Amino acid sequence: MSTTEQSTSIPTGTWQHDPVHSSISFAVKHSTVMTFNGGFGDWEATLADGRLEGSANVSGVRVDDENLVGHLQTPDFFDAEQFPQLRFVSSSIERDGDRIAIAGELTIKGATQPVELSGTVSGPITDGYGKERLGLDLQAVVNRHDFGVSWNADLPGGGAVLADEVTVGANLALTQADAG
Amino acid sequence: MRILAISGSLRDDSHNTELLRAAAAVAPDGVELELFDGLKDVPPYDADDDVPGDQPFAVGRFKGALREADAVLISTPEYNSSIPGVLKNALDWASRPLVESPVRNKPVAVLSSSTGMFGGVWAAAETRKVLGALGARTLDDTVSVPKADQRLAEGVDATLRDELRTVVSALAAAVEARAAAAA
Repeated sequence: MSTTEQSTSIPTGTWQHDPVHSSISFAVKHSTVMTFNGGFGDWEATLADGRLEGSANVSGVRVDDENLVGHLQTPDFFDAEQFPQLRFVSSSIERDGDRIAIAGELTIKGATQPVELSGTVSGPITDGYGKERLGLDLQAVVNRHDFGVSWNADLPGGGAVLADEVTVGANLALTQADAG
Repeated sequence: MRILAISGSLRDDSHNTELLRAAAAVAPDGVELELFDGLKDVPPYDADDDVPGDQPFAVGRFKGALREADAVLISTPEYNSSIPGVLKNALDWASRPLVESPVRNKPVAVLSSSTGMFGGVWAAAETRKVLGALGARTLDDTVSVPKADQRLAEGVDATLRDELRTVVSALAAAVEARAAAAA
């Protein structure tokens, strides 16, 4: 029997997200059959000494419809005026080979709820420019009503436009910050 | 603090206008309710007339009144299970362009009354839905008066006055919360 040695450790030091190769997203079932995707364009994430923190500005919400961008920022949804930022702070990170589970607290619209992000971890590797890089591909399913994001509308044939469960995702390309 | 009061009924002896006048009379100190009197003058929405800087005068007056108010209190009757056309039409004008709507983020509460047994609750719910689409900070606090012709025959009673005061106070609190968040 052979064994393969796998890393089970979280890199130490400070790692910051590379915005060009990273994204955060949300996906929700729409009209019972479609999946609607959106994201945020103004955000940051840092992994520092085994603790992952991130925040996104609601003003940077991204969907392919100008009016919907406007609506998502109102009290019907994220309420950018009163709650301009979403936030995640980890409390524990468990790595098992290329699998990773990150428990923490997610704050949306002023409501903080425990969330466990799970997914894969890649690296660290040294990229073509000599930078140390680490990849995290994370997802969690949350109930939007737990965060007070409860807008909905009835469909003419029955049922609701938006599902309760939303998949939130983060594809993080992290680069090690220069020491000193 | 200024709250713009809008009645969805144009009738001189409107029960909804009466509710708004009663709300004005019981408003807490420092809160002034101004009853908007120009809803009938707002023309039917026509995108050809919706020209920035050159909108119909009555539309500009309506949007200006919304913009200058700290909060809005609407009282609506229910026509055919829904919002009166004159009210919906005015809100349609106020919705354009969406991100510049004068009620965006502004606290709004909706009252209703009707001579029927449900007090216009569907019209109120649909008005709240429309206001949400406009970006308003729509409160759940409400008063609905069924059989308004009987209930208001002797005027607005003490129970109703207390309920109206509660709604106006909730609007005032929402205005203060908004100001505190901005500070």
